[in-house]
Amino acid sequence: MSEAKPKLGSPPDIIRNSQSEIRNSEMIIFNDVSKFYGEILGVNRVNLQIDTGITSLVGPNGAGKSTLMNLMTGLLRPSRGDITILGIPTDQPEQLFRKLGYCAQFDSFPRGLTGREFIQSFLLVHGFSRKKAEEFTVTALERVSLLEAGNRKVAAYSKGMRQRIRLAQAIAHQPAVLILDEPLNGLDPMVRAETIALFRKLAADGLHLIISSHILHEVDMMSDRVILLNNGYVVAEGNVHGVRDEMEEHPMQILIRCDKPAKLAARVFDKDHVVEARLHDDRLGLFVKTRDADRFYLLLNRVVAEGEINIESIAPVDDDLSAVYQYLIGSEGSSS
Amino acid sequence: MSSSTIDIKPAQIVKQSLPWSLWLRQIRAIFRLEIEKNFLGRRSILLYLLALLPVAPLVLLAPFTPPGREWQDFNQYNMIFAIYYGGLILRTVVFFGCAWIFMNLFRGDIIDRSLHFYFLSPVRREVLVVGKYISGLVTSIILFTATTVLSMLLLYLPHFYSESSRYFLDGQGFWQMLTYAGITILACVGYGAFFLVVGLFFRNPIIPAILLYGWEWLNFLMPPLLKKISVIHYLNSLAPVPVYEGPFAVPALPTPAWIAVPSLIAVTVLVLIVASYRIRHMEIRYGGD
Repeated sequence: MSEAKPKLGSPPDIIRNSQSEIRNSEMIIFNDVSKFYGEILGVNRVNLQIDTGITSLVGPNGAGKSTLMNLMTGLLRPSRGDITILGIPTDQPEQLFRKLGYCAQFDSFPRGLTGREFIQSFLLVHGFSRKKAEEFTVTALERVSLLEAGNRKVAAYSKGMRQRIRLAQAIAHQPAVLILDEPLNGLDPMVRAETIALFRKLAADGLHLIISSHILHEVDMMSDRVILLNNGYVVAEGNVHGVRDEMEEHPMQILIRCDKPAKLAARVFDKDHVVEARLHDDRLGLFVKTRDADRFYLLLNRVVAEGEINIESIAPVDDDLSAVYQYLIGSEGSSS
Repeated sequence: MSSSTIDIKPAQIVKQSLPWSLWLRQIRAIFRLEIEKNFLGRRSILLYLLALLPVAPLVLLAPFTPPGREWQDFNQYNMIFAIYYGGLILRTVVFFGCAWIFMNLFRGDIIDRSLHFYFLSPVRREVLVVGKYISGLVTSIILFTATTVLSMLLLYLPHFYSESSRYFLDGQGFWQMLTYAGITILACVGYGAFFLVVGLFFRNPIIPAILLYGWEWLNFLMPPLLKKISVIHYLNSLAPVPVYEGPFAVPALPTPAWIAVPSLIAVTVLVLIVASYRIRHMEIRYGGD
């Protein structure tokens, strides 16, 4: 009987499989997931692998963002496909919610509780001892700056405070995955900034943060990657700049501030990847549309090295989430 | 926000003690949350009014003895209470009280849009059902056994104080009181489980509740086999004083206590298993509810 030996340099199947299992146990995985509400499509054929860091879900009303979040947390069950969160299927709440916290969009609470009681009660439901629950409650309240207001009834809170107490409840048990549906809604600018800083801190600590937001520039600012949804389909996913680079049908717009824009226009216009070159109104800059930004930047390097044209600044005009959103989803509706 | 001062790290897998002890802790936590809601929530006002319904007329009657020969005869009080208990306390107050308490255990949370907080906790859904059911059971038992005992005392004591005192302290009155309290408890157990399930399956649980109410009221007209598919038959079988049900009643032998009590409990367990199955497969879509 001859045993097949693994080829040199390629790990045997058992090692490959266990490596893949380890990798799966560190990610959020959607495997061909669809959700239908009767005849109505929620999301369709979603395949995603989400790593640690901040991932934002962006899309217009009814795009499927909340459906995707509710599927991830087991509040909804997929009509097809399966989802695992750090290796745990979403139909096992006993294991799942030790690692996952969800701040849902529902602005409602169990009646009659103070902020502190609200958080502590559900930590006790988790099964924590009273002492541990108290400790975690204080930590969570501190993190959202509600320690003082913790003894007031939630019913008496402002919208922003209710948003923060929900966030505190979601992070109180110290989850590894945090899913936040519109977490910045109702927060004033100061608290918004603090909350974004908190998200960054959590992401830096190695958490998975999945956030939906309709404020594109904030999403752009805080996200490591985005998932663009429209009509239940994932339209694009990945790093914003990576997604932008792949949109060949929309050449990248770059504004170059320099002393001789006309000369620069003549220099770049004959390149096959340059689609358009237009002088800025103040005649101190040049707008260029290019299909290959990398090659264009190399060209600019050469121009700078030649020393004929003095370039002050180079700024991509549409290399951000707003532009990506506009190109991919367009004017069908504003993000929400 | 003091994000710079406290570190939150990904949760580590904590070795749990035996699941039973975890489940018991979780049931206790759910019970605490629910019992407060049951007794102090705004929905409890109706419950208190319902529990006082049989007590209030007896308080009003306490200062004077109503006309009628049966009210003058202490020996008739057995029958008066049996009719009062069967007609008003058991069939109306306990029935609708349990409907209100148990249907709201889940349906109330769905209406308030707060059920997801339980669903987002690492709790077996079966544990959630048990925790909520126990809270409803304790609430209904406290309220309705109090109503039963208070009604009995208010019926007897103001009119025949010395006879009643002897009856309750030395005679069979105390045992009758305990039996009625026991029937009330069993009613809470049986109706409670039924209404818990109704609250899970029906968006508007009032209709099935009224249907069951009709079924239970018409039980005396049913053939013996159909009588056994009801809660009231088993409860009536346990009653210390049998009540004449009228000329149209179909007579049936009462089920012995040793069959009636375990049967009710077994059916309750079955119904709770159905509830657990339902809740395990339940999705949260408040808009659709």
